[in-house]
Amino acid sequence: MADVLEANKLKQAMETLAQGIADGLLNSSYPLAVVGIRSRGDILGHRLIELIEARGVKVSKQGVLDITLYRDDLDQVGGQARVRATQIDFDISDYVIILVDDVLFTGRTVRAALDALIDLGRPRAIKLAVLVDRGGRELPIQPDFVGLKLPHTDKHVQVRFVETDGVDKIIVKE
Amino acid sequence: MVEMTKESGPANFVWQRKHLLGLEELSRQEILHILDMAETFKEVSTRSIKKVPALRGRVVVNLFFEDSTRTRVSFSLAASRLSADVIEFSAKVSSISKGETLIDTARNIEAMGVDVIVLRHSAPGAPHYLSRCVDVPIVNAGDGAHEHPTQALLDMFTIREIKGKIEGLKVAIVGDIVHSRVARSNIWGLTKLGAKVILVGPTTLVPKAIAKMGVEISHDLDAVLPEVDVINMLRVQRERIASNVFPSVEEYTRLFGLNSQRMVRAKKDILVMHPGPINRGIELTTDVADGKNSAILRQVSNGLAVRMAVLFLVNQAYRTGSE
Repeated sequence: MADVLEANKLKQAMETLAQGIADGLLNSSYPLAVVGIRSRGDILGHRLIELIEARGVKVSKQGVLDITLYRDDLDQVGGQARVRATQIDFDISDYVIILVDDVLFTGRTVRAALDALIDLGRPRAIKLAVLVDRGGRELPIQPDFVGLKLPHTDKHVQVRFVETDGVDKIIVKE
Repeated sequence: MVEMTKESGPANFVWQRKHLLGLEELSRQEILHILDMAETFKEVSTRSIKKVPALRGRVVVNLFFEDSTRTRVSFSLAASRLSADVIEFSAKVSSISKGETLIDTARNIEAMGVDVIVLRHSAPGAPHYLSRCVDVPIVNAGDGAHEHPTQALLDMFTIREIKGKIEGLKVAIVGDIVHSRVARSNIWGLTKLGAKVILVGPTTLVPKAIAKMGVEISHDLDAVLPEVDVINMLRVQRERIASNVFPSVEEYTRLFGLNSQRMVRAKKDILVMHPGPINRGIELTTDVADGKNSAILRQVSNGLAVRMAVLFLVNQAYRTGSE
């Protein structure tokens, strides 16, 4: 059985997330950069910027991070590995990076993303922003900002966006 | 920023080869997949830390039975940027001189726990033979006059990067075609990607039979020059000059050397390529080699990205037990 949270629920989660980020980083003394993790984190990041700036917080830079080469299960992925380019064309040093992903589960993707970011430079700080936190962590990683908490570790959570999937929704599956 | 080229492989393609032996056996899709992957790896070289952990804990051995400083260094650096450990093994310092065979040498190296063997050998087919005798991936870094797949891949990568496409382009390959592994791999690759290939050189070095590979043949560089988009000037091999298949150096340079007078006849945006090292003043004059149409140094930088992609792909296939 799949539970579908429709577009308005997703929109609400986005607003909550953007509000959290704006409240948390309003008085940041360092410039902010939003970096989304491929593939849906980049779309989410792009949309978030608009919502954050509408709340009076300036986002100076944005980028997209591909973490494939940093995955800890690369050997199991084999020839299916889809390596795409990381597009961060600014020096991340001294920025506060808002690292964005759609669903936070085991924390392994975020671990890989942290390593990938550190290889690009030394940011002032990295803050983790996720649209959905579904629990089930396997590594000691926690988000700084969350749009929606769905504490069902036994259920799969998928986010769909108009840009890639033609529709906005959150799917919760057994 | 990486721009998407219109000739890209399908997004859901799964790479399954654990060896890269030549372009003859690769499909168009496989070639495009390597080129797309190389585009990603090119970005790594622009980072402050020019390294990714994709091959961490793996060992790549450069097994070179012929000298080739450039190719060897390029493979070493590519492996290092993927965080692999690299072992350099060249015939001069090895036990080859003591009569150890290629297979024994490779098996010994394999027994030490290497993960990829990059092989350069003077015998055509040596990598193919080796791939049937050992379990680990073999990457052909040049086998006699047979193939040099990574050179052709970096040539195609460079053409696609600068021209935006390969399909429909006219590419001339000029020089000693019959003894050239670079030419052979380029012919396989370019024709698969839809380019029109014209081989140019003296009759003794461009045999008629090679037209069977789906290419045109010409013995008149001046006639071909105005119509080509890319010209790949092969290196004149010094050891061939003494043999009777080769005209005198002066005659060769006069008929088939590229210089600025000749360049007047070429398209304004012709791309001049060379696999290196250049014999300046023989196949290519310095002003052309270093001129605005030259892509020669770009080829060298792109070689790194292409070899990273190849090492990554064969290792991925090996890890999941493909082939």
